[in-house]
Amino acid sequence: MITVKNVYKSFDGRLVLEDINATFEKGKTNLIIGQSGSGKTVLLKCIVGLHDVDSGAIYYNDTRFDNLNFNDKKKIRQKIGMLFQGSALFDSATVEENVMFPLDMFTSMTYEEKLERVNFCLKRVNIINSNHLYPAEISGGMKKRVAIARAIALNPEFLFCDEPNSGFDPKTAVVIDQLIKEITEEFNITTIINTHDMNSVMGIGDKVIFIHNGKKWWEGTKDNILDSDNKELNDFVFSTELTRKIKGL
Amino acid sequence: MKLLSAIDMFGEYILLLKKVFSKPEKRRVYYQQTIKEIDKLGLQSIGIVTIISVFMGAVITLQTAYNMENPFIPNYLIGLGTRDSMLLEFSSTIIGLILAGKVGSNIASEIGTMKVTEQIDALEIMGINSASFLILPKIIATVLFNPFLTVLSMIVGIVGGWLVGVFTGVVSTQEYIDGVQYAFIPFYITYALIKTVVFAFLITTISAFYGYRVQGGSLEVGRASTQAVVMSSIFILLFNLILTQLLLS
Repeated sequence: MITVKNVYKSFDGRLVLEDINATFEKGKTNLIIGQSGSGKTVLLKCIVGLHDVDSGAIYYNDTRFDNLNFNDKKKIRQKIGMLFQGSALFDSATVEENVMFPLDMFTSMTYEEKLERVNFCLKRVNIINSNHLYPAEISGGMKKRVAIARAIALNPEFLFCDEPNSGFDPKTAVVIDQLIKEITEEFNITTIINTHDMNSVMGIGDKVIFIHNGKKWWEGTKDNILDSDNKELNDFVFSTELTRKIKGL
Repeated sequence: MKLLSAIDMFGEYILLLKKVFSKPEKRRVYYQQTIKEIDKLGLQSIGIVTIISVFMGAVITLQTAYNMENPFIPNYLIGLGTRDSMLLEFSSTIIGLILAGKVGSNIASEIGTMKVTEQIDALEIMGINSASFLILPKIIATVLFNPFLTVLSMIVGIVGGWLVGVFTGVVSTQEYIDGVQYAFIPFYITYALIKTVVFAFLITTISAFYGYRVQGGSLEVGRASTQAVVMSSIFILLFNLILTQLLLS
């Protein structure tokens, strides 16, 4: 479980996050949604420690994370897997080397053991016979799945996904979403997904947090969204004419 | 204002170096990285160093010959002039400037691209000291290998001078060899190698610094690459002056 308490973050005097409080539960897909520029990516980067918070606290289970030193953070980070918007695969490494990288760095496994783990992870994300291809030689959807395989290689306790299906056609986007949800439930991971894709919200949103102008504006499940009378949430979620008609707005 | 900005950047550079020279996470992986960097930054520079050195040696020989029309000046001084020019300046400083262009732009663009495509964030999330992991192997590779390039340049330059000298008839083989052996001061080689090691460190760290602080997209990566080459070249010339005064005065 990850808990965020009273988090504030500003850049050059401009407040980007204001008094954010949230709990992200284990074994569930927790979604952070909001318009572009609302602060959701900053929140995700604060949670994983890529940005320092101005004030407030971030807890991983019972351990306060934000004020740890580099070495103590490192111990927690080895329990984290992260899927970046652009996949962030290492260009100079093959698919196999990318997935094996965390195992090389943080385990004392033999090469055969590492290869077995790599093949297991790749098979889990439906990538076969592509071990020796470079990221430039595979499609965007495959890159994303390889990135998921790399993220789960060390059996993470926490999985973070930044816009996991942005730029994909609806069918591929659903495949990626379902894969993340299955992995979350299968390995009992605390997963936080940063998205503005409404299909993701309605498909896999076990818990949804809506960020608006840097503040937590609304919190609930995907089912609660349909019943919500929160104006800003409705403006964001039901932004097209079709969805507004369905909602009866 | 510009002075403050320069001091600020120097501070950032020192902080980056502090991060670079910290304990490696896994020595074996760093060793493998260093071998790869020796290949990429060192071995792959042999071609350009050889070509440039041959032509430099040849031109020095011809220029020396055409400026020695006095019959009282012995011809063997052509060999001596070529040798000392190559040893003292060309094989270390000029090759340093060439490598600042080739290796420096390579390092800045590689690290800059990794920064904008979130590959560096991916390393940090895994709990890896990205600065140390990416930059330290490059520093070790260039500091170890560039002295070999300098020695190669000295040999090839002197041979180039001899070939052109004999081919054009401005000097005989015996006169050239006599000149190369005349009043030889072995410390000149030590002086050139000390300069090479310092230049290698400057090229690698300055280029990595500019790559590491890239923010934005491909335009900024290109700009960082250019800045890296310009600043590396300026610092090579500055340290050439300082080291010459310190070592030869």
